[in-house]
Amino acid sequence: MEITIDKACCKGCGICLKACPKSVFGKSRKRNNYGTAMPEVKNAEKCMACGACERLCPDGAINVERKAKE
Amino acid sequence: MNKLYETYIKKEALPTLFCSGCGNGIVQVAAMEAMEKLGCKDEVACVSGIGCSSWIPCYYKLDVLHGMHGRALPFAEGLKLARPDKKILVFTGDGDCAAIGGNHLIHAAARNIDLTVIMVNNYIYGMTGGQKSPTTPKGSVTKTSPWGSMDEPIDAVKLVMVLGATYVARWTTAHPAQLAKSMAEGMKHEGFSFIEVLSQCPVQAGKSLWKEKDSYRIMETYKRMTKSCGSLEEAGEGKIPIGVFRHDNQREEYASKLKTVTRKQKG
Repeated sequence: MEITIDKACCKGCGICLKACPKSVFGKSRKRNNYGTAMPEVKNAEKCMACGACERLCPDGAINVERKAKE
Repeated sequence: MNKLYETYIKKEALPTLFCSGCGNGIVQVAAMEAMEKLGCKDEVACVSGIGCSSWIPCYYKLDVLHGMHGRALPFAEGLKLARPDKKILVFTGDGDCAAIGGNHLIHAAARNIDLTVIMVNNYIYGMTGGQKSPTTPKGSVTKTSPWGSMDEPIDAVKLVMVLGATYVARWTTAHPAQLAKSMAEGMKHEGFSFIEVLSQCPVQAGKSLWKEKDSYRIMETYKRMTKSCGSLEEAGEGKIPIGVFRHDNQREEYASKLKTVTRKQKG
């Protein structure tokens, strides 16, 4: 699974931090273009590609690339 | 960036003007998902009024009409009669649809004209600074009701059901997959489709109604407040029913009715 967060779109609302059932995202010191705190992908291996973050991100900043298991 | 943004969003207009954590973005993504599901991007035209939620379609790479306050439905009805081949999505807010445009909502529902109305209900006038709207719960303190709102809130879903809308549903922003499915069904349905979305406004409603500025916690409140059921009576005391309440294909649609009448007149 490859998860990317767009720095230009993210507004730092923090919905993805709580919406992810597997706690894939975590807080970080990185800043987005607005200057607010941006989440970070911490446990990418736990991701089960449910798509909750993609659907619930109000700014469409998150993209989950579903890849076949090797 | 979300994959759907590539095909549906004007990237030069980004970032959207919504506040951080606003529910409008979730509705925007759900509508894109519904269009993707039906594969009907070229047939869709959007109409909106004035308000935060009326900015949702302005970012789409589609035909969009950003009309006057409360008058989204008259514009949409005119567009539907002029171009019956288009699927028309109307984005309005609770103030736009139930207060200023309340009369138009009543008549559009009674006519059963083929529109898909998405009413984004955040319980407050968000854009103008947090005034009481017709859907604000009784007793809530807002900028224009400092001693608590005295009016009974208007339930738009009940209203359009009484008037005979043929597809009626209600979801919240905490149910985005169900919302997208409902929007796709509404667009496919021939007749007046009304979908109410309970959305969070962490800035204005968060300050005065929910006493909470974290948008995810407001969404959790919505999850607690609502109960998924098939009819309005099932939910029980103190719960807001969500789900699809009516899906009726029997009633005749207005644009096709008008077509038969004009054909008869021409002879």
